[in-house]
Amino acid sequence: MEALRRWLGYLAMLVVIVASIVAWTALPAVVLLACAALLVLWMAVTRTGRQASAVTWVGLRTLPQRLGASCVIVVGIAGVVGVLVALLALAGGLAETLRGTGNSDTAIVLRGGATAELDSGLSREDATLILQAPGIARDAAGRAIGSAEVVVVTNIPKKSSGTDANVEIRGVGPQAWALRPNLRIVEGRAFEPGLRELVVGKGARDQFIGLEPGATINLNAQQWQIVGVFASGDTHESELIGDAETVASTYRRNGFQSVTVRLASPQAFDALNAALKSDPRLKVDVRTTRDYYTAQSEQLSKVIRIVGIVIASIMAIGAVFGALNTMYAAITSRAREVATLRAIGFGAAPVLVSVVLEAMLLALVGGTLGAAVTWFLFNDYAVSTLGANFSQVVFRFDVSPTLVGTGVRWALAIGLIGGLLPAVRAARLPVTAALRES
Amino acid sequence: MKYLHLVRAALMRRKTRTVLTILSVLAAFLLFGLLNGVRAAFEGGGTLAGVDRMVVASRFSIIHPLPESLIAKVRAVPGVKAATWANWFGGYYQEPKNQLIILAVAPDYFDVYPDYGITAPMLAAFNSARTNVLVGAALARRFGLKVGDKLPVMGSIFPNKATGDTTWQFDIAGIYEAPNAKSRALEQEVLLHWKYFDEANGYGQGSIGWIVVRVADPALSAQIAQRIDALSANSDHETKTQTEQEFRLSYAKQIGDIGLIVTAIIGAVFFTLMLLTGNTMAQAVRERIPELAILKTLGFTDRSILGLVILESVALIVIGGVLGLALASVVIPVVSAASGGMLELPPIGVRSWLLGLGLMVTIGAIVGVLPALRAMRLRIVDALAGR
Repeated sequence: MEALRRWLGYLAMLVVIVASIVAWTALPAVVLLACAALLVLWMAVTRTGRQASAVTWVGLRTLPQRLGASCVIVVGIAGVVGVLVALLALAGGLAETLRGTGNSDTAIVLRGGATAELDSGLSREDATLILQAPGIARDAAGRAIGSAEVVVVTNIPKKSSGTDANVEIRGVGPQAWALRPNLRIVEGRAFEPGLRELVVGKGARDQFIGLEPGATINLNAQQWQIVGVFASGDTHESELIGDAETVASTYRRNGFQSVTVRLASPQAFDALNAALKSDPRLKVDVRTTRDYYTAQSEQLSKVIRIVGIVIASIMAIGAVFGALNTMYAAITSRAREVATLRAIGFGAAPVLVSVVLEAMLLALVGGTLGAAVTWFLFNDYAVSTLGANFSQVVFRFDVSPTLVGTGVRWALAIGLIGGLLPAVRAARLPVTAALRES
Repeated sequence: MKYLHLVRAALMRRKTRTVLTILSVLAAFLLFGLLNGVRAAFEGGGTLAGVDRMVVASRFSIIHPLPESLIAKVRAVPGVKAATWANWFGGYYQEPKNQLIILAVAPDYFDVYPDYGITAPMLAAFNSARTNVLVGAALARRFGLKVGDKLPVMGSIFPNKATGDTTWQFDIAGIYEAPNAKSRALEQEVLLHWKYFDEANGYGQGSIGWIVVRVADPALSAQIAQRIDALSANSDHETKTQTEQEFRLSYAKQIGDIGLIVTAIIGAVFFTLMLLTGNTMAQAVRERIPELAILKTLGFTDRSILGLVILESVALIVIGGVLGLALASVVIPVVSAASGGMLELPPIGVRSWLLGLGLMVTIGAIVGVLPALRAMRLRIVDALAGR
């Protein structure tokens, strides 16, 4: 009978733990804050609540005596949260950079079936036909605001590793600046069409060797000069940009990879799409640049996110055992104190609550510490990886407040699990035996 | 060894604590087991596959083709035993997210790459029709492909002359399994006839992506690379010749410094672990002070007490660590199978085990040493009196 009760008790605890983890991940922050407020209210108003706050306070006051053991919880959880937040910030930064490159005012046309510009090819005739299609914005002179672009890749060594990396060179048409108003020269000047001149993105200049203004680089055995640096706040900053015709002639190309156009209005997309689809001379796909660039980061950022969560989960399991250990040790060393409290009339519930709260408080400190260290070390730190165009994409770690919130949630969940079992043991402590213990 | 039962007794003294600590250690070494192979793969250590192979590719960039005429010249370079070539084809199966690694390969490709494990009958079947392809076993499992199936491919860089767009249809003539576990990654590829590719693609003929050279003596590869690169110096198709390992590694490095990231994660895990087990050991010794004093009274020397505590801490970590690595070696094939070959974690090799065991003993010794010194320096009188 006793065994059955005990067993049922553990089963109930398991249910509580699972339910709280589910609630933790699913509930919005507002609800969780409301729960915390309710808890505070309970502790301030009711008799059991006041007992609980008193016991918690005693526990916290004795924390310095258990500093080493408490550090295990704090540092263990800081490690979990640090790794989780860093990897999620990596995935988030990549997704954010690529998503920010696209918008719904511009559309990109690729050869049918192509998933990236480098897989695509459009002839001169295709490009002319595309730029004549309806739905494209036109400037005062009646010219379509669009740019037929050549995308090629060249080897340039990366600063971090010193080994060759694929860097994207984009040859753009005369309307490219009108098409991308966010592109602005921050150093030097723009390239002259017809000359072998390039402007380099800020990100590319920082990541690769020898891309300072004034330097020359070798493209397909020809010398090209870098005349300026541009900023755009998006993935184009990983590229070098020059004149489409000149780039094409250097690479002996007679055609383009893509045509990007400004839409007359966001609704004009359907008209453009219908016109291009119905033209029997063209086999092309058109997408808004938002769709195109979002899809480019999707897979890689998803992989990083999953890997991050798996690694952090395994670390979290280790941290839970560490927390359990610490809290068991804590209640063992405080057994007499707890028994005394029980003897003078404190209930079991306040003791239970106090142990859980102590573990969660330590976890909160750990989680905040981990997130803070990650933010301090990595936020805005620039890295680059191989993107969908088989060339380097420069992006920055993005340690956003949401991510910090996620990290703290994980920390509190670990604290809750690590505190609950020892709390039950503390609450069940046989008073007489504990008092007698030396 | 005669103190082993003492170590066991010490570990069994507080079972909950020992079990919890071992479980933490287990989690840490499970992660180590899963990640160390990844780290090694990206740092290029541990694999000796293809030491006698070199890759000749354009110096300017990977998108630059080389002329077919270069092959004959490369074959004539002294020290070159064989030379074959391949071309990137690419494309996807059914949906853009199913990107494929498709290579158009020369007729003698498998002479240089026995790693694919292509048998003579399979090669004969492959050669029986122009549109035949060979598919890696992992890829075939992922998409449920069988010999005799059609393989439609979309989104290749190369337009199909026959259809005018980029849709291609191939016939699966064989499904190969790499005989060596280290070459499992090859099972993700699709191989088609370069000759068919060359004739059927709309981008012009006679161009090849890269040349693979087999050298007679790997020790001379630097000189051979120089000779090969000299063939095309100052032309519009200058080449860069690297060993296959360097070539692969340069791509791994382009993805990012995965090695560094993984090392940082493992470092963070072990730092936490040391703190945790250090705390456990400190507790264990603190609790046992009177017992240790009794051992000393019985005539145990300071040294043997020191050894006893360190041994206890090493044992704690070795038990958890070995369990963790063992669990990892069970989990890895399961993960690979569950992901349908999408995620191919390298299996735990002898190197990982040795490194892991080394780490266990080192960490055990480090975290044990402070509590052990404390135990060693106990003065019997004070300890027994509880001072």
